[in-house]
Amino acid sequence: MTMAQAGTVPASRSHDLTGVPAKRPNLFVRLSKSKVAVAGFVVLVILAVMALAAPVISPAEPNAVAPREALRPPSSSNLFGTDQYGRDVFSRVVYGTRISLLVGFISVSIAVVIGTVLGLIAGYYGRWTDTIIMRFVDVMLAFPGILLALALVSILGPSLPNLMIAVGISSVPSYARLVRGSVLSAKENVYVEAARVVGATDGVIMRRHVLPNVVAPVIVLATLGIASAILWAASLSFLGLGSQPPTPEWGRMLSEGRNYLREQWWIATFPGLAIMVTVLAMNLLGDGLRDTLDPRQQIRT
Amino acid sequence: MGRFLIQRFLATIPVVLGVTIAVFAMLHLVPGDPVQMMLGEFQTSPEQIEKLKAQLYLDEPLPQQYGRYLTNALQGDLGYSIRSKRPVMDEIKDNLPSTLVLTLSGLGVAIVIGMSLGIVAAVKQNTWADLSAMIIAMLGVSMPSFWLGLLLIFAFSLKLEWFPATGGGDFRHLILPAVTLGLGASAIIARLTRSTMLEVLRQEYIVTARAKGLRGSVVILRHALRNAMIPTVTILGLQFGQLLAGTVVIETVFGRPGIGRLIVSAILEKDFPLVQGIVLFIAISYVLINLLVDVLYAVLDPRIRLG
Repeated sequence: MTMAQAGTVPASRSHDLTGVPAKRPNLFVRLSKSKVAVAGFVVLVILAVMALAAPVISPAEPNAVAPREALRPPSSSNLFGTDQYGRDVFSRVVYGTRISLLVGFISVSIAVVIGTVLGLIAGYYGRWTDTIIMRFVDVMLAFPGILLALALVSILGPSLPNLMIAVGISSVPSYARLVRGSVLSAKENVYVEAARVVGATDGVIMRRHVLPNVVAPVIVLATLGIASAILWAASLSFLGLGSQPPTPEWGRMLSEGRNYLREQWWIATFPGLAIMVTVLAMNLLGDGLRDTLDPRQQIRT
Repeated sequence: MGRFLIQRFLATIPVVLGVTIAVFAMLHLVPGDPVQMMLGEFQTSPEQIEKLKAQLYLDEPLPQQYGRYLTNALQGDLGYSIRSKRPVMDEIKDNLPSTLVLTLSGLGVAIVIGMSLGIVAAVKQNTWADLSAMIIAMLGVSMPSFWLGLLLIFAFSLKLEWFPATGGGDFRHLILPAVTLGLGASAIIARLTRSTMLEVLRQEYIVTARAKGLRGSVVILRHALRNAMIPTVTILGLQFGQLLAGTVVIETVFGRPGIGRLIVSAILEKDFPLVQGIVLFIAISYVLINLLVDVLYAVLDPRIRLG
């Protein structure tokens, strides 16, 4: 989308205006130099394939109950063993990929959209608009960690869609602050002034001249944000405040498996491992992106 | 100094008021009838519903309700728990000590482990020690605390039988939850300490100290560490809040009494006044602790109080 927008600007100036077209071709090249980022990316691709091809990969229906096969240890027929209802843990972990990736992406999308709009408006218009929006954000930040999501879940009721809304809304403040900061410096640029002089409306200036400046930092924060969204969602589900049974959600599976920890360690171990691998991969990619897209490095290039 | 304190204090007031409005609004944001939601599965007569409505002052106009809520809250009255019929403040008071002990121990674990990892990583920059410290830090932020807790229970309670798996009580019950809570936060402190330490080690006074012939450990601990600690100290308030909220998960994993576990059961039982009370209590404590940290910081660092 940014490419298309930038394309409408004369090519010779587009580099100075947004920096986006100039960076695009070598972003992947630069990112590929970071071994950890590549490792994170590869793991995420594998997880995405697992999520998409879940019905093909999993040997059993994730919710198929088989009491006679309950609590079987890992074997060639049940790679990760079976749980107390005889469900195949491997199949449930594979299907859980869908849920966790979905929760991560959707809740972060909610946060990015609301946060970017709020930050853009606050930073661009300044004065009392800024004061009101940022006071609002300050109040949201007064609820530490998972507390805001917890409060929202208690209002909306425990379910998977509500979980995404709760986690999404509680991550809004970080995006609003980040975008506001970038906008404050971006709107001082001469080209913004120039656009205003030639009669561009506020909407056009914000979309075309200010927004491109916040894309890179938002992408970095969103990548790391997906990691923490997956963690939070799994935590809330673990507490029984997210997805409801029999959904194969990793946090939920862990909480169901904890009573069998002593003898049937596999029920809780594999979903936990899945959460950690996913979050780790996302964090590694986010770190790599940050190093590549760091605003300070952009100035140097 | 006085001016900074007054400004900082005044900036806190709108946030505190905003928090009370947000928490007050929680009940009114519930889709449908909040009273019906709270009574849920219970068999209720219309009289009971009316009684609960009156008890919660839901029949009054909103501004009046909020005014009452605020004056009561300022006097420490957060209403009554629907399930236990006890004052919410009493429930919080009973459960708070256990949570505070856990939070502070977690903070201690986080600081000790985080700073040690950060110092080692910075001093041995680009060696295997640096790499492994940073890998541990990365695993720390990516590990779900409830899974780490279960792994520790599996290893140290069920297999080695060193510590009890669940419950509250003496010191032995505290170790595993505190370590679980602190390890996640230690990762953040480790990365922060490493980057500031690297910056400090390039300063001229470090070169001077080395040139004087001081031993490496003296230079690190007496000259570098003090300055590298500043960013860690500034985020202590934030970390405290994160850890306080983190007890929600940890207390559930270890079956430890505390306000974290209290709020989870309150949400599951739809005991709304109790949920509201705990949310308000944690948020206000968090705001005040950050105020306190900022004030302490200004007292300690003249650049801030005079700037």
